[in-house]
Amino acid sequence: MRITVTVDGTGYTDEVEPRTLLVHHLREKLGKTGTVVGCDTSNCGACTVHLNGQSVKSCSVLAVQADGGEVTTVEGLARDGQLHPVQQAFRDNHALQCGFCTPGMIMQSIDLLADNPNPDEEAVREGLEGNLCRCTGYQNIVRAVRDAAGHMRPGAGPEAEQVADGERTTTGVGGDA
Amino acid sequence: MTAMAEPEVGRARVRKEDERLITGRTRWTDNIALPGLVHMAFLRSPTAHARITAMDTSAAKEMPGVIAVYTGDDLDPGGEVGMPNAWPITPDQKTPRRPMLAQGTVNFAGEAVAVVIARSAAEAEDALAEIDVDYDDLPVVLGVDDAVADGAPLVHEDMGTNKSAEWIFDSAEAGSGGDVQQAISSSEVVVTRRFRQQRLVPAFMEPRSVVVDPTAPQLTMWSATQVPHILKTMVAMTLGLPEHQVRVIAPDVGGGFGGKLAVTPEECAAVVVAQKLGKPVKWTESRSETMVSAHHGRDQMQDITISASRDGTITGLKVDLLADMGAYLGIVGGGVPVLGAFMFNAIYKVPAYRFSCTTVFTNTTLTDAYRGAGRPEATFAIERIMDELAAELGMDPMELREKNWIKHDEFPYTTVSTLTYDSGNYEAATAKAMQLFDYDGLRREQRERRERGDRVQLGIGISTFTEMCGLAPSRVLGSLDYGAGGWEHAAIRMLPTGKVEVVTGASPHGQGHETAWSQIVADQLGVGFDDIEILHGDTQSSHKGLDTYGSRSLTVGGIAVVKAAEKVIAKARKVAAHLMEASEDDLEFADGKFTVRGTDTSTAIQDVALAVFAAHDLPEGVEPTLDSEAVFDPENFSFPHGTHLCATEVDTETGRVRLRSYVCVDDIGKVINPLIVEGQMHGGLAQGIAQALFEEAVYDEFGTLTSGTFADYLLPSAMDLPSFTTDRTETAATSNPLGVKGVGEAGTIASTPAVVNSVVDAVRHHGVNDIEMPLSPMRVWRAVHEGDAAAGGPGAEAGGGLGSIDSAHGGAQ
Repeated sequence: MRITVTVDGTGYTDEVEPRTLLVHHLREKLGKTGTVVGCDTSNCGACTVHLNGQSVKSCSVLAVQADGGEVTTVEGLARDGQLHPVQQAFRDNHALQCGFCTPGMIMQSIDLLADNPNPDEEAVREGLEGNLCRCTGYQNIVRAVRDAAGHMRPGAGPEAEQVADGERTTTGVGGDA
Repeated sequence: MTAMAEPEVGRARVRKEDERLITGRTRWTDNIALPGLVHMAFLRSPTAHARITAMDTSAAKEMPGVIAVYTGDDLDPGGEVGMPNAWPITPDQKTPRRPMLAQGTVNFAGEAVAVVIARSAAEAEDALAEIDVDYDDLPVVLGVDDAVADGAPLVHEDMGTNKSAEWIFDSAEAGSGGDVQQAISSSEVVVTRRFRQQRLVPAFMEPRSVVVDPTAPQLTMWSATQVPHILKTMVAMTLGLPEHQVRVIAPDVGGGFGGKLAVTPEECAAVVVAQKLGKPVKWTESRSETMVSAHHGRDQMQDITISASRDGTITGLKVDLLADMGAYLGIVGGGVPVLGAFMFNAIYKVPAYRFSCTTVFTNTTLTDAYRGAGRPEATFAIERIMDELAAELGMDPMELREKNWIKHDEFPYTTVSTLTYDSGNYEAATAKAMQLFDYDGLRREQRERRERGDRVQLGIGISTFTEMCGLAPSRVLGSLDYGAGGWEHAAIRMLPTGKVEVVTGASPHGQGHETAWSQIVADQLGVGFDDIEILHGDTQSSHKGLDTYGSRSLTVGGIAVVKAAEKVIAKARKVAAHLMEASEDDLEFADGKFTVRGTDTSTAIQDVALAVFAAHDLPEGVEPTLDSEAVFDPENFSFPHGTHLCATEVDTETGRVRLRSYVCVDDIGKVINPLIVEGQMHGGLAQGIAQALFEEAVYDEFGTLTSGTFADYLLPSAMDLPSFTTDRTETAATSNPLGVKGVGEAGTIASTPAVVNSVVDAVRHHGVNDIEMPLSPMRVWRAVHEGDAAAGGPGAEAGGGLGSIDSAHGGAQ
């Protein structure tokens, strides 16, 4: 099938097999290897990206379901050499060790901050429940997300992520958005 | 006088590694794509023990995109290749051959039986279903007790037994202590327990992956491994390749925890297949494959007896282990429980000690190193039985520990298991932890809840632990029949522009060595933190090393870096003296500058490096290089210690355990980077707590791993863990110039018994004196209401889901 997907601001038109998962399309066809696969049961969340402004586990979305959609991966967050506030906070708070869960963890964190710009510890933990990390024990991830919340301004990050209040609807596909 | 620059060591530097990792500019093995790359997929046995009576690959070979299908006999017609076991723990150890692909029999569910090579990973996967294998089932051997029972069926019939080896340490024979039987029979109090160390899955987040490129005379292998140097040598030895024509690269590696301390059948098969086809090949496993085929950890039955006098003074300790090796021995194999042999006596003055361990085969995935490797098992048993002894004596468990531990003024102290602890201060760490925890306040609340019969009871768990880190003095490894040394290598290259390249034989996979090593070198050479690049994980640039495991990287590899830096300075000193027309003896080196003592004449080490590069004017006989290397072999292990305190709330009506607070004060000696240390502690605690409460690799009676996915194996999420209070005391190690001890495994080793002790403490008044791990709500409830500590069986497993397992990869059918 022929699909067109905009990924990190660039449009790509490709032939894909109907069974191709979005994550495999991103990694293997588009070279977007910043997004990774950590499991095969959609438990780990390492493959989390944003589809049309909402977080999805890209192992649970078919590439064809993203046709016409706008995908943001961890590779598309930094702008003009400036890290996204959540990326910066992950670095400042030592919220990663091996870094394998990090792309998904960052994308999910941005999503949860969009829903709740000032989450308490419990809300952050709940918001990240679908993303597993084996290195950090989560404590510094929680700290990073709350730190980022303090530095986020409305409209931070790429354009595709800039959704005004009330616009966040249930248009997301799959995942646990 | 100029002010001294602020030392880098001790600063909470944010990591150099992070910028790439947070922006997705990563180099995971699975990211690698080469021209003409083909993909491998393994067919795995769905049955735990069977003879392969027939295998038909013809239909698979006709599938779209398929290039080749190989069986074990195709890859190894002579049946000679076996994965290496580097630690034969006894001269008569039985070591079955572990083939690349099963030949004749399969010995665990998940063992690879055939490999498909296709143009895409999906096509390779599709073709697996077309391979027809006939299995003739054999009796399945599960559980160590059944495996060693008389008349038990055999995992490896040709061996005639399921026992691999028996390893014994006896303090009476070693001359390090008394006779334990005598001690036990003459003591006032004797407590005996049987503890079960359940089987765990290391669960690194990055699935294993390997790429082999055979298209140049020197074959290149990328692997998601902790041990590129060991892998290079072992692949050469195992497959009979010339070692100089093998290059191994561990690019970004997404966690290991011991689980990637391995030389795997898949890696070796990838080499053989790549050579057969003359094409680069890639294999990346699915998570379901990881669960059944990557090695597991723990899995011991521990029979432990402690004896004491009525005042609480320990008189003897006897430990008998049965350790489940699974179907084969891995690279460390039986060495894992043997490492624990030295740690059961822990921080206590034990006058008589005997340890025996029998390593046993079963029809399960093999077990090998997992974070702590032998030491968590030992620490769990001794810290649990200390609580049981305290209960028997009616003493406060901390008071009992204090009565028996080595006092700070008794170091260095040679233990009953013959290790010499160089330093420590258990009193200081404990005092700090008790204060942070509010021990007395929580005990008060515990009493109040008991008195009013509260449905939710409070428990307090203690773990005062030590560990042996910094593997390892080569002579000790030699005395234990380990197949290699324990040294580490480092090299420093001084570049003409004053920048510095540091080569290390340690192989980080999340630890932050690039940052920590830069801090060390910045102080040693007086160069900028950002002017230093750390090279690792590629046997072409980092040609010598023994890699990363056993909390060894800093205490061995970091010291090698220091030694290499000292050599750079010694070489530079000669040149600096020549350039400044001064005597070497008159030069001081500080903050990167050689200064002629008592003058303001100085030259920076970067200027010396440039002068050496030009080599126009060097002293007679001096080689034009400052580059230096060093290999450091430690004199002794290091001995981090700490006091961990855990408060749990246990709902006696539901069995649910809630972690109320967790405080630990660890003494890991001098700290290079407190940010990294804190992160290591958090992650270590999470894994140790997960063993106590959540995780278990569960097999059904057919030998099928039922917790074979992340849907079934309960890795804790952010919701399952509390925030920890971590703090430190600092007693420098005396065995190395940095005074460091290692931190990678501390949290995992210490935390498991703290949690279990806490839960048992909460419900001890219900007659409970043990609950088997993981402490699932059902187990806790049944212990409270039915007095059943080992409440296993259907419905009580960790996880317990069955719906998502794929039988093509060794899972349930």
